[in-house]
Amino acid sequence: MNPWALGGVALIAVVTFALAMWGSRGARTTSDFLLARRMVGVERNAAAIAGEYLSAASFLGVAGLLLKDGIEALWYPIGYTAGYLALILFVAAPLRRSGAYTLPDFAQVRLDSTRVRAVSTVLVVLIGWLYLVPQLQAAGVTLSTVTGITYSSGILAVAVIVLAGVLSGGMRVVTLVQAFQYGIKLFAISVPVFVLFFVFLGQDEQHRRGLDEPVPPAFERTTTVRIETDVRLRVTEPVWVDVLSGPGPEALDGVADSEGAGSGGSVYLTEGIHSVRADSELRFPEGSAVPAVADAEPDNRSWLLPQSGDSYELFETYSLMLSTFLGTMGLPHVLMRFYTNPTGQGARRTSFVVLGLLGVFYLFPTIFGVLSRFYVPQLLVTGNTDAAVLLLPTAMLQGWPGELIGAVTAAGAFAAFLSTSSGLVMSVSSVLFTDLLPGKLGNFRLIALGSCILPVALALIAIGRDISQSVGLAFAMAASTFFPLLVLGIWWRKLTAAGAMGGLVVGGGLVLIAVLTGAFLGDGYGWWSAVLLQPAAFTVPVAFVVTVVVSKLTGRNVPSGTGRVMLRMHTPDRLGFLRDRSVDQGEAAERVSSTSRGGRGRHRLVRARRRS
Amino acid sequence: MTTGRTSSAHQQRAPRRKRVVLADRRGSRDVPRTIIDLENQSSMGEAMIRNLVRAQLRSSLWLAAISAAFLGALPVLLRYVPVLSEIRLFGIPLPWFLLGVLPFPFILLIGYIGTRKAEQHEREFMDMVDR
Repeated sequence: MNPWALGGVALIAVVTFALAMWGSRGARTTSDFLLARRMVGVERNAAAIAGEYLSAASFLGVAGLLLKDGIEALWYPIGYTAGYLALILFVAAPLRRSGAYTLPDFAQVRLDSTRVRAVSTVLVVLIGWLYLVPQLQAAGVTLSTVTGITYSSGILAVAVIVLAGVLSGGMRVVTLVQAFQYGIKLFAISVPVFVLFFVFLGQDEQHRRGLDEPVPPAFERTTTVRIETDVRLRVTEPVWVDVLSGPGPEALDGVADSEGAGSGGSVYLTEGIHSVRADSELRFPEGSAVPAVADAEPDNRSWLLPQSGDSYELFETYSLMLSTFLGTMGLPHVLMRFYTNPTGQGARRTSFVVLGLLGVFYLFPTIFGVLSRFYVPQLLVTGNTDAAVLLLPTAMLQGWPGELIGAVTAAGAFAAFLSTSSGLVMSVSSVLFTDLLPGKLGNFRLIALGSCILPVALALIAIGRDISQSVGLAFAMAASTFFPLLVLGIWWRKLTAAGAMGGLVVGGGLVLIAVLTGAFLGDGYGWWSAVLLQPAAFTVPVAFVVTVVVSKLTGRNVPSGTGRVMLRMHTPDRLGFLRDRSVDQGEAAERVSSTSRGGRGRHRLVRARRRS
Repeated sequence: MTTGRTSSAHQQRAPRRKRVVLADRRGSRDVPRTIIDLENQSSMGEAMIRNLVRAQLRSSLWLAAISAAFLGALPVLLRYVPVLSEIRLFGIPLPWFLLGVLPFPFILLIGYIGTRKAEQHEREFMDMVDR
């Protein structure tokens, strides 16, 4: 329990609340709520996108995976950034000019099919929830780690604040809050990194082991580790352990002395795999080697340098690249932000600025990950590596300086949950709003509330591990479904509704099957588990090919309005072919000109300028 | 169009001279024929759009291929050329620079070129329309 951290988290909550209240002045119409009136400028929108995108997976997860997997984990930040490159090159501007407001709306504008629209709606909600649950779980773990409140009240606190923002002012508020939270997050990761890095250079610990030695990391001082969930530990260097309470370790293979000593005794862990039950408390003596959870890199050298291990690891890397590069364009909360830019060119420039903002941010979690290999190796024993960013400051600096820095990172993590969750709730509920219950704003508030309940319930039931990996599934899903729909829809005239439908169903179905089988079979190593955990490398190509082949087969049913939609998507903004779809009437006809919007002066001006 | 003297008497000083524009000249111009061609999807307009889409797609695919080749080569290179792992820069192994730092400026550069190219194609299209 760290009183500073509680203060930092509370400060973020209060400022977010205040900004939400301030920003919601004058947010009354549906257009305000859902699109921030389509008037957000490039820089602010880019900051908002980056702020929304840098989720718990980026703020905590990347450093955690680095601590565990070493250099291979660097592909996560690369992929998270490169996704925006794909957006710039293939999607951003044409999608904005299509005038559609959500992904399902795009499907309808382009393919004129309510069935494809319905399937897209289901997928958007599914992806949104897949992404939201790990955020909430991470919020619960973080808040209970740093402030001492319970796991479930942490989740509820985040849910309440998110809903307050979304309900009070919708997109306008969310834009403002998120742009602000990008700043918070950059500050909260960069300042601690600078401070801790200089501390690291100054300290010279006696037990420190070089990162390029083929030995496991060592405990700097006597460390008591509390195991929260069952783990399997791989011991590569024998250690003596005191079992303070709980069942203690059991050998799975390899011979261990005085096994089953139970609480109170000392156990000698020999080389091999040991399992430790939940609620065990183990004490490792100063300078002893660190046993690591079975899926982590046990020794420092294989952690530091790329290894020529099994070939399925290469498959995993490429699969991860494919899902993150191509999945970003299918994330509903990212796409929706582009609709708040006034023009297609603005949308493109926005994604370019986002690239820069993300690139700057992602330099820092790497350093966190490396430092935590020295200072918080006990996380390798519990497997709770996502807590590395939160625990590193107090582990490196004694007394209030450590607690202060810890408070900064805790506040940053809290900002990360808040912004990503608000973006997700916002996008899921606006998709449901335009599809299910179009009309009054009251309905929107009702749906926002409703779309929160299931993810919150799921997060309350299960405690999550490895945020970056569970978020990775949402990416794989997005890449296998919306990537073919968007890219072919924008660039290929011969796409048909049947083709798009085939791609969505096959891609989404394959990913779902992989996820469910993976969950059923549990942890494993080798080709099968690699394919099930990172399915993108085969689901994305399959979905793409299915879309193309089915479209070719149903070539006669190319929608009649294709030429007009292509014209609208690709002609420069100044020609004025852009027609924003109305959000007030849901699926009703598009508004054709400025006349129906004439009531509001700013709009008329923008329209006039755009048409000239 | 001047406002100087005609302002009401009780104002002490005459307000500063302002330039009043009644209409944007660009707006008052006739709609070029090509826009009508585009709007009506005549064969001429259709061909122009197809050309634009093709040009945009070509440069996007090129840039995507370059970045895929660069990023996609890294895992294989690092795996099968262990010499790279032995090189140190400021005491840090080269692979950490190759994966932790280098991809970000590279992606940014490709993004910059992509944005520039796309806007250039659009400008060329506009020049054709305005003619």
